[in-house]
Amino acid sequence: MSIRIQGVSKNFGSFRALDEVSLDVPSGSLLALLGPSGSGKTTLLRIIAGLEVADRGTVLHHDENITDYEARDRKVGFVFQHYALFRHMTIAENIGYGLRVRGVSKQERQTRVDELLKLIRLEGLGSRYPAQLSGGQRQRVALARALAARPNVLLLDEPFGALDAKVRTELRQWLRKLHEEIQVTSVFVTHDQEEAFEVADHVVIMNEGRIEQVGTPAEVFERPANAFVMDFLGNVNVFHGRVERGRAVVSGLSVAYPDYQHPEGRDAAVYVRPHELEVEPTPTEAGSLAAKVLHVNPTGSRTKVELRALDSNQLINVELTPERFAELGLKSGDIVHVSPRRVRVFVPDYEI
Amino acid sequence: MTVETAEVRDAPRAKSAATKIRRAQQDPAWLRWSLTGLAVAVVGVLIVLPVANVFAGALAEGAAVYWKNLVDDPDTRHAIGLTLTVVPIAVTANVVFGVAAAWAIARFSFPGRTLLTALIDLPFSVSPVVAGLMFVLIFGLQGYFGAFLRRDGYAIMPYLVAALLVLLLAVAYFVFRPSHPRARRGLWKTPPLGLAFVFATVFVLLVLGQQAFEVWPANKSLKIIFATPGLVLATAFVTFPFVARELIPVMNAIGADEELAALSLGANGWQMFWHVTVPNVKWGLVYGIILCNARAMGEFGAVYVVSGHIAGETDTMPLRIEKLFQEYNMPGSFAVASVLTLLAILTLVVKRKLEDRIPQSEQGRRTGAHP
Amino acid sequence: MASVNRKVLPGFSLTLGYTVFYLGLLVLLPITAVFVKAGSLSLHDFWGAVWTERARAAYLLTFGTSFVAALVNVLLGGLIAWVLTRYTFPGKRIIDALVDLPLALPTAVGGLVYASLYVENGWLGRFLVPLGIRGAYTRLGIVLVLVFVGLPFVVRTVQPVLADIDPEAEEASSSLGATRWQTFAFVILPTLFPALITGFALAFARSIGEYGSVVFISGNMPFKTEIAPILIVARLEEFAYGEATAIAVVLLVISFSMLLVINFLESWSRRHDR
Repeated sequence: MSIRIQGVSKNFGSFRALDEVSLDVPSGSLLALLGPSGSGKTTLLRIIAGLEVADRGTVLHHDENITDYEARDRKVGFVFQHYALFRHMTIAENIGYGLRVRGVSKQERQTRVDELLKLIRLEGLGSRYPAQLSGGQRQRVALARALAARPNVLLLDEPFGALDAKVRTELRQWLRKLHEEIQVTSVFVTHDQEEAFEVADHVVIMNEGRIEQVGTPAEVFERPANAFVMDFLGNVNVFHGRVERGRAVVSGLSVAYPDYQHPEGRDAAVYVRPHELEVEPTPTEAGSLAAKVLHVNPTGSRTKVELRALDSNQLINVELTPERFAELGLKSGDIVHVSPRRVRVFVPDYEI
Repeated sequence: MTVETAEVRDAPRAKSAATKIRRAQQDPAWLRWSLTGLAVAVVGVLIVLPVANVFAGALAEGAAVYWKNLVDDPDTRHAIGLTLTVVPIAVTANVVFGVAAAWAIARFSFPGRTLLTALIDLPFSVSPVVAGLMFVLIFGLQGYFGAFLRRDGYAIMPYLVAALLVLLLAVAYFVFRPSHPRARRGLWKTPPLGLAFVFATVFVLLVLGQQAFEVWPANKSLKIIFATPGLVLATAFVTFPFVARELIPVMNAIGADEELAALSLGANGWQMFWHVTVPNVKWGLVYGIILCNARAMGEFGAVYVVSGHIAGETDTMPLRIEKLFQEYNMPGSFAVASVLTLLAILTLVVKRKLEDRIPQSEQGRRTGAHP
Repeated sequence: MASVNRKVLPGFSLTLGYTVFYLGLLVLLPITAVFVKAGSLSLHDFWGAVWTERARAAYLLTFGTSFVAALVNVLLGGLIAWVLTRYTFPGKRIIDALVDLPLALPTAVGGLVYASLYVENGWLGRFLVPLGIRGAYTRLGIVLVLVFVGLPFVVRTVQPVLADIDPEAEEASSSLGATRWQTFAFVILPTLFPALITGFALAFARSIGEYGSVVFISGNMPFKTEIAPILIVARLEEFAYGEATAIAVVLLVISFSMLLVINFLESWSRRHDR
């Protein structure tokens, strides 16, 4: 069941939560809405679920316009951030609730509940109350409850937000596997890019009520559409430089930038990811920046080195493989020469 | 619960959650308006109409008669005066108790704390009539102390005065006790012994004084029941829990950090109490006093039993209402009732104003409803 | 809960000592006196006092009217609490404040004005009495004042619970396919139920001991409109202290059991919470 969102806007008082958002969610996909706080991602999810009404725009499920449908008629499963389990009902009653209100017979309900308890690996805990479960278990119950009535679409609001780090990783992999098994179109909201990349097969990056970019995790990471996406997805060094005639120039360092061939130079922000910077003990022929090593953090799978450019005093973050780090034998105070393997330049929009 | 949820969420959602009912919680307009209409009608018939009727009844024969009913009737005047005597004494006693109880219960843990908290609420579940009966059984003519009080009632005065003096001395003790343990010498080291010594001295002095100079009349009957002391006792009993009950949660919510800070900055107990504790809990205290006062002014059942309703002597305002009602003097009865109603409305207004200023430990704690 | 070491904060022994002293003198001693007095009666006398036909009629009336009034309060109070927490309308704040009036208004005033509202020429009586509804000097009148006296207890118990209901629970129910009515019946009502019961118990407990308002409106006719507290006063006025005490003990025991029930209900209502 695909979801199509067309020109949806939503204001809360003077706050513009969503601004003309359009999005297609292909049938069977697992899509992440990723963005900072206040970017409108949760609002969008709630509009899809019918828990919020859009000021303008339409929501279609498989070409059926459901904009004016009540939440109960949309056949969506919604997993709330804090689970919203009914605390006076047992786990089994919680899971079976969606079937009960639709008038499904007790027997049928029981079968489905058992099936789901098995799916979420909580067999035998059906008669417990939510307060007796751990956070991760409650999360899975919330998911089972959402799935019980076989929804067309599964929506999850910050599904792992309230869990501790270890449980979170386990549940992510489990959700990924579960999605492969049941293949229901799913959308989840997160502010954690690692989570989005690990779980989703499509990522939508949102900011200030607008969609900045849509794509697979690889696409958005490798080819960010704009400075915001670049900045939001992980660490990045930003240099202020200029572009002209197919080159970008930063502090006398020149890199190829074929996208801008105009002879008239313009100011531009040049973005380089820490792992895309090369460090050499001596200046390179192609040009490099002299910098002083301030701090070295060799823990983790990559060694993080903090540098300060000698001419501009700008701080530069570099990530090296442990092998390369051992080869260079860096320590605080060393002078090194830095050159980018790859840059991304974002020129302000108005020339387009 | 909801607050926590709202904080974690996106900013706009948090805002909307605080101010408006969400879509899934909305009822259809026809239901909304019919329920609202019904609720307003219920409040109108049960509460607004009676209040309006009180004033209509009081002013039925014009403002001049109203004024005459209130001021020119000597028994009514006396009832107002008696209420204004009894209530402040009872409320003051309960304020002192409430502050002490709240301090002990909210700041320290000790065995029996839960039981003590429960016992404080006990008077709320005693029928006022039964409360009055209790004091009649103790101090009444046929009561346990009745014969003694009648024969030589004032003989209890040395005890009473000695107890009061010792209480003041105990407070003074904590005020003036050196804070540094090394500076505490002699009696400062053993407070209970010191207080016992002081009590004994004061008591002996008072007894000797009584025998030598007859400070209080000897062999004379002391009237408690059917007299003002009984009214004070019954009123204090009925309004006993109000102040403590309001202060305990407020003190819990505030916590002891500021008081500990004051002590560590060199304040003594007295300074800490006046500089930190009282300013912090003052609105909660006022709130408790307001409720306590409202109940004390309006108390009927308990006071009815201990007063013997002697017009011009032991009738308080609520008792006067009943007396006038029995005499078919409706405008007079309503006139007194209107004064108490105004007071009740004033209480509600002040209570509302205070509610925003009082720190709360848990949502909805401040129900104002007591069994 | 801030519990500080007694050596750190001053005043523990002073305040606790005074608390226990004052509590003992003003509350525990008088309560004990009642039980001691009742204990001094022979079993025969005691039974003779508490189980007369007149006393039985009084208990029945007290419980009957209190029960009906508390039940009415659950309905009306629940309705008012719902409207006050869920809807907005002009004058809402005033209505909300007025709900507390029965707590602040002297019960004697309440009784006086209710009696005069429902008599034949009263504001309401002139419409109701021709219809055969007599609100003054009848059992209906007792129920009416008890509803007045007990209303805030239900509203103020239910209101915070209603306001505290997680909106997500209702959203979850709705997104799982429940109608508004189903959500109310399966999600809201069970959550509210303990508060409604507690409110009922509070209003009931208050009604059992109520005297000031009832004495005005009931007419106090033995066997007909005489409630138990009025019977106690009647016995006292006959100087029958023993009999009055015996009935008082019955009322006390019932009130204290109600207190236990309320406490139990409150802990029971939190059984699914952490």
